[in-house]
Amino acid sequence: MNNKRNTLSVKTVVAIGIGTAIIFILKRWVSIPSGIPNTNIDTSYGFLGFFSILFGPIAGFVSGFLGHALTDFTAYGSPWWTWVFTTGLVGGIIGLFWKRLDVTQGDFGVKKILAYNSVQILTNFGGWAVVAPTLDVLVYSEPANKVYLQGIVSAISNSVSAGVIGTILLVAYAATRTKKGSLKKE
Amino acid sequence: MNNTLFGFAAGDTWLHRLSGATKLLAFIGISLIAMASYDTRFTAAIVVMSLVLFKMAHIHWRQIRLVVKLILVFSLLNLLTVYLFSPEYGVSLYGTRHLLAGSGYFTLTQEQLFYELNLALKYVVTVPLALLFLITTNPSEFAASLNKLHLSYKISYAVALSLRYIPDIQHVYHQISQSQQARGYELSKKAGPLHRLRGAAQVLMPLIFSSLDRIETISQAMELRRFGRDKHRSWYMDRPFGAADWAVIAGTGVIIAIGLSLFAVNGGRFFNPFR
Repeated sequence: MNNKRNTLSVKTVVAIGIGTAIIFILKRWVSIPSGIPNTNIDTSYGFLGFFSILFGPIAGFVSGFLGHALTDFTAYGSPWWTWVFTTGLVGGIIGLFWKRLDVTQGDFGVKKILAYNSVQILTNFGGWAVVAPTLDVLVYSEPANKVYLQGIVSAISNSVSAGVIGTILLVAYAATRTKKGSLKKE
Repeated sequence: MNNTLFGFAAGDTWLHRLSGATKLLAFIGISLIAMASYDTRFTAAIVVMSLVLFKMAHIHWRQIRLVVKLILVFSLLNLLTVYLFSPEYGVSLYGTRHLLAGSGYFTLTQEQLFYELNLALKYVVTVPLALLFLITTNPSEFAASLNKLHLSYKISYAVALSLRYIPDIQHVYHQISQSQQARGYELSKKAGPLHRLRGAAQVLMPLIFSSLDRIETISQAMELRRFGRDKHRSWYMDRPFGAADWAVIAGTGVIIAIGLSLFAVNGGRFFNPFR
């Protein structure tokens, strides 16, 4: 085993476990009909955005991947691998910005909200409107117009979820943290 | 651990006695090759084989009734959308056109029917195997098997943790959801989507913040027990490989080899009876 693996801290291991469990539960129980038939706003993508910013790219990727795989596995009997992979990818890429958008110092103002949302929207569109349908065509040979339409619809609904729920969670979390330099010497 | 979550039912058939690692390996191997292959004979044979295995594991219809119905509805919907979006997709795949009925946009061709048959087989092919896996594998042993397949033991342990905490967090979720609804956050159909999204956030907030505390508690407990100090760990539920395990792995290898050799025979992923 190399040194790189040892950098996976105990906290990240536990976070992956609990994060996977939460994604599984949200996917199962908490999706909101968007008004368009057969399209739901999946709240787990809101959580995934928040979770990835909090715990970083590895936790984001693994939790997204496992959470989605477990849901598919128990609901449909077999994971739809291309979309499972894309969920992991979205979590991982949003997670790459965890140092830059650090919330643990209690600061998540307008600037960071805008930055998070641009990252999130770009990642979701790249993932759902480009990567997932392209993989579907390559791996499953499904007709292109069907999968790209599905992809664009999920790109929109997932970025709404990551935007609304993710932002609310991040702001609320930042409010519970003590701000850096909040103590002053008198 | 709540073993009823994924429908695990203890039993004593040879499938129950197989190591979890073997079953996982066989499942992943067969589902990958079934995903790649569009050879009808091959996928149909796998369906038949997995149904036979199903019979061998003494699984009752009532254990799988609900999930099978869900899968059927989902597959039918998907097949229908594929047809609505491209009724002539089969023609472009197979390169010939045998018209059965219809004209204009909505035509019915033999090629399209054959393509959708293949698609339907692909949707259902791994279902019996997945159910078999869920019903005959003890969740605690599952984590041990992941490690056995040389996945880092930390990731395996994370999987074990999530299987362990899914029932707990699910319980907390239901409690929070009910108490927030009692406080008047509307989550049902009566409210508009944006309202419901905000209502969901009101449920998610306590759920997630209590889970963050949980992460803190568990990771401290694990740290105190020196988790992650050594390069290896042993598993209570670990099960050594027996002769049956090697036989199943060899069988999976043979199936994958057949699938791959069919690529060469068919000159690609598709079996084309029209040429």
